[in-house]
Amino acid sequence: MNWETVIGLEVHAELSTSSKIFCGCSTAFGGEPNTRVCPVCAGFPGTLPKLNRAVVEYAVLVGLALNCEITRQCKFDRKNYFYPDLPKAYQVSQLYAPICRNGRLDVRADGEEKSIGIREIHMEEDAGKLIHDARSGKTFMDFNRCGVPLIEIVTHPDLRTAAQVIAYLEKLRETLLYLGVCDCKMQEGSLRADVNLSVRQAGSPPGTRTEMKNLNSFRAIARAIDYETKRQTEILREGGSVLQETRRWDDEKGFSYGMRSKENAPDYRYFPEPDLLPVEIDDAWLNALEKRLPELAHQKRERYVKDCGVSEKEAVIITAHKNVSDLFETLSELSGSPVESAHLVTGEIMRLLNQNNILPEELSPDARGLAFLVRLVSEGKINRNAYKETVEAVFVRGADPEKYIAENNLMMLADDEEAAVAVAAAVAAVLAENPGAKADYRAGKEKAFGFLMGQVMKKLGGSGNPDTARKSLKAALGE
Amino acid sequence: MFDLSATELSAAIKAKKISVTEAVSAYIERVEKNDKTLNAFVTVSKENALARAAEVQRRIDGGEALSPLAGVPVAVKDNISVKGVETACASKTLGGYVPVFSATVVERLEQAGMIIMGKLNMDEFAMGGSSETGARGAVHNPWDVSRVAGGSSGGSAAAVVSGEIPAALGSDTGGSIRQPCSFCGATGIKPTYGSVSRYGLIAYASSLDQIGPIGRDADDCAALLSVISGADEKDSTCVIKKPFDFPADCPSAAGLKIGVPRNYFGAGIDESVKKAVLAAAEEFKAAGYGVEDFEMPMMDYMVPAYYIIACAEASSNLSRYDGLKYGYRNADAKTLSDVYRLSRSEGFGIEVKRRIMLGSFVLSSGYYDAYYKKALQARYLIKEAYDALFGRFDMLISPVAPTSAYKIGENVGEPVKMYMGDIYTVSVNLAGLPAIALPCGFDEKALPVGFQLIGSAFSEKTLVGAARLYQSRTDFHTRRAPTGGEPQ
Amino acid sequence: MIIDGKLLEYLENLSCLTLSDGEKERLSADLGEILSFMERLGELDAAGVPERSHPFDDVNAFREDEAGGSFDRSLILRNAPEKNGEAFIAPKTVE
Repeated sequence: MNWETVIGLEVHAELSTSSKIFCGCSTAFGGEPNTRVCPVCAGFPGTLPKLNRAVVEYAVLVGLALNCEITRQCKFDRKNYFYPDLPKAYQVSQLYAPICRNGRLDVRADGEEKSIGIREIHMEEDAGKLIHDARSGKTFMDFNRCGVPLIEIVTHPDLRTAAQVIAYLEKLRETLLYLGVCDCKMQEGSLRADVNLSVRQAGSPPGTRTEMKNLNSFRAIARAIDYETKRQTEILREGGSVLQETRRWDDEKGFSYGMRSKENAPDYRYFPEPDLLPVEIDDAWLNALEKRLPELAHQKRERYVKDCGVSEKEAVIITAHKNVSDLFETLSELSGSPVESAHLVTGEIMRLLNQNNILPEELSPDARGLAFLVRLVSEGKINRNAYKETVEAVFVRGADPEKYIAENNLMMLADDEEAAVAVAAAVAAVLAENPGAKADYRAGKEKAFGFLMGQVMKKLGGSGNPDTARKSLKAALGE
Repeated sequence: MFDLSATELSAAIKAKKISVTEAVSAYIERVEKNDKTLNAFVTVSKENALARAAEVQRRIDGGEALSPLAGVPVAVKDNISVKGVETACASKTLGGYVPVFSATVVERLEQAGMIIMGKLNMDEFAMGGSSETGARGAVHNPWDVSRVAGGSSGGSAAAVVSGEIPAALGSDTGGSIRQPCSFCGATGIKPTYGSVSRYGLIAYASSLDQIGPIGRDADDCAALLSVISGADEKDSTCVIKKPFDFPADCPSAAGLKIGVPRNYFGAGIDESVKKAVLAAAEEFKAAGYGVEDFEMPMMDYMVPAYYIIACAEASSNLSRYDGLKYGYRNADAKTLSDVYRLSRSEGFGIEVKRRIMLGSFVLSSGYYDAYYKKALQARYLIKEAYDALFGRFDMLISPVAPTSAYKIGENVGEPVKMYMGDIYTVSVNLAGLPAIALPCGFDEKALPVGFQLIGSAFSEKTLVGAARLYQSRTDFHTRRAPTGGEPQ
Repeated sequence: MIIDGKLLEYLENLSCLTLSDGEKERLSADLGEILSFMERLGELDAAGVPERSHPFDDVNAFREDEAGGSFDRSLILRNAPEKNGEAFIAPKTVE
């Protein structure tokens, strides 16, 4: 029998505005408990919300990037439920008229292109944090996160495999980062995905679905999908039925468990939020936002290949993170050499990120210093070894490249008489020290030349001009 | 001094005939003496008020241009937040709750040089029309202390007519300013929705609530309205463009056209109320107004639509009272569920519970369409009906309540009867319109009877003008309640 | 409209209330009576009539995205029945 998995995603993204959705408190992550709180976000009696214009604009930008229809008059609703992290006992959200609808995001997974339908995007407020104190057995309530703006991006149940889900999430993250509306740090909870999953026999109507929460990484999402697919398939195969429920994923133990055992779905008693006016987005505002829409990753990839002469492979690496493509664009502009900049970013910089355990989103090097080095190397003023060494010094230790080159004598020597003498002396010394290699070369072993060349460059230190050295060595070897 | 209106008192203070401290002290003394009987005040901020009086006196002496009400003591309903002063909505649930910020209207009273003398009693969370079931006990009607003062702003109306305070703020969600004014013989304005900030008003039903002034006459109400009205950054729904301006916005309005809803005077209204209100209409006719009757549409649907919408919003607004952040918490509750349920069950009175459960019901899945959605559609039709009427009339004249003040305890336990008492007032809130309530006579029990003038949105100017005209031709507003005389 | 025990319990749960037996009896009668009274709305022909949740049709009230205005923590916690120096305290929320 052929089983098919049907998956829909609800992604919550915290918007990186300066202030909260309905008050002026800061949205910065962390902070001492209850220090980014005012009577409004704490829901004190008599307080009223006032909508942050930037939240609307960020949500529209995301909607435009995801090919959505923008609702010209959208409204807020209250979702009512009791929990200590929700100080008003209702969440201001959008049910009846969300800000964006009917979009799509095209992704590539399992070797094929697939268009994932976006059902809607709505704006809402985040809840606070509860900290469980093991010692006292009590719960501490911290409202710093209350009122941080969220958008919830809801797909149609168009996804079929974990690979498609990951591809969708990666493309979505890339888009949000390029728009600059969310920092997408899953470990800090600024991007959270809930997975709705059901299993059915191919061609049958959808089965009963479960919703999985607490998925804190792409890896956890993929594992949870595999686990849940197996679990549901086994139940159905044995003739059982899947319970509609919310399940929590335990990534350490690698399994999920049902969270609420109430037989009925919660009754949230949504109704129009009377404290806020509807949001009307007229043509002028929408046009202005369309103009603000930045170039997105796939558009950048095309341009890098077509206009900058960057290879397709490099373009993919560069655009995987907005920070990386920002760096590439700055380097290209300052150095005037996009190809050399692309090599640096996809080669040395990527290596240094890995080696130093730096995440691409934390990348913030001295772009001016690096661009200076790109210019030097493309003008042939420093050699590749010196270039790599200086790049590392600038990137890791924040060295001043000009000073570093001067102090370590890395500038290539000019082709003058003094240089010629130095090179000739180095060649003579190397040949004297390595008679074996010399003999090998003369016996036709081409490889030996490389070895000898390396020795010569080493003797010359970073300042050796490889072209001069090569000529001199070849001459000495009798060609 | 107690014979002076609020504006007259301010003028006397500015003319150095009376000091601010003298005025405030005298009113405090009066409250201390009379209010044991009336129970209109829940808090008297004696020290704060005296300190503020000295400060305002200095500002006046320093020549600062203050409002036409500078130096005048004022008191606010207990659902209006005053920083540092207990604001409990006459509920055990909010007992001991001390706001850390003041309502926008309170800030405006202070900027205008008024002295906030205390908090006024009310129905718990403004849910009621009798001010008799709150945690602080019943307010007594100054004309007959065995009777209710009306509600929910019963404390505000009783304090004003008994001379305990020159003017006060109340709030009106379905008639809560107008009905106690009618029961007590005071004048009060329910402003257009969106003309006075609700920031700091502890919400009952957010799309209906509006703060407004209660005074002895239309002039005082107009002066107080001009202090509190105007847009507020903190309230998105406060959409007024230009604040009401006293006295500039109070021309005497002549030759206007008034509509009389004839079906408001059919079954269910007391004969004496009907007579007094129709006499008021005659008075306008005598003053040269065009008076014409009409059939008010949607009358049967007003009260149901109002209670569905108000309770729905209330059930959500009152969910935040859970014993965790402020207010009452059951001391023995150990589990989260117990803290929630016991604190709420013990903190709220029966009427509040009734409305919360009604609200939960009409919003719950399966009933939303039949009740809540239908009520919103009725609201649409009611507003449309009013819009059409204001094409024909400048204003409407109507009773405020079908009866005069009833006995304390008389209607407790009869919710539908109580709710029907709001028949003349609730549609005004559903449509967001302004109305002014003022006295127009006394019934055979010597209890005051009032009427209301209802206008189109932001037509307070016209309503105040008409009320002034009426009060210039009648003296009902000048009569003083027996318990409201000079302290003995 | 009859409010039976099951519906009353459902409403108690939604409202987060626990009624005494006396209150249960009284409120199921009251709510039944009030809802029956409200059923007259059913006679209103409202097919195609828009829903009005707010008195007016104004739109767009915004604040600009500027951070500021947080209160001192001691003020935020001032009225809390149970707190430490940093947070409100609730009974354990996880089992």
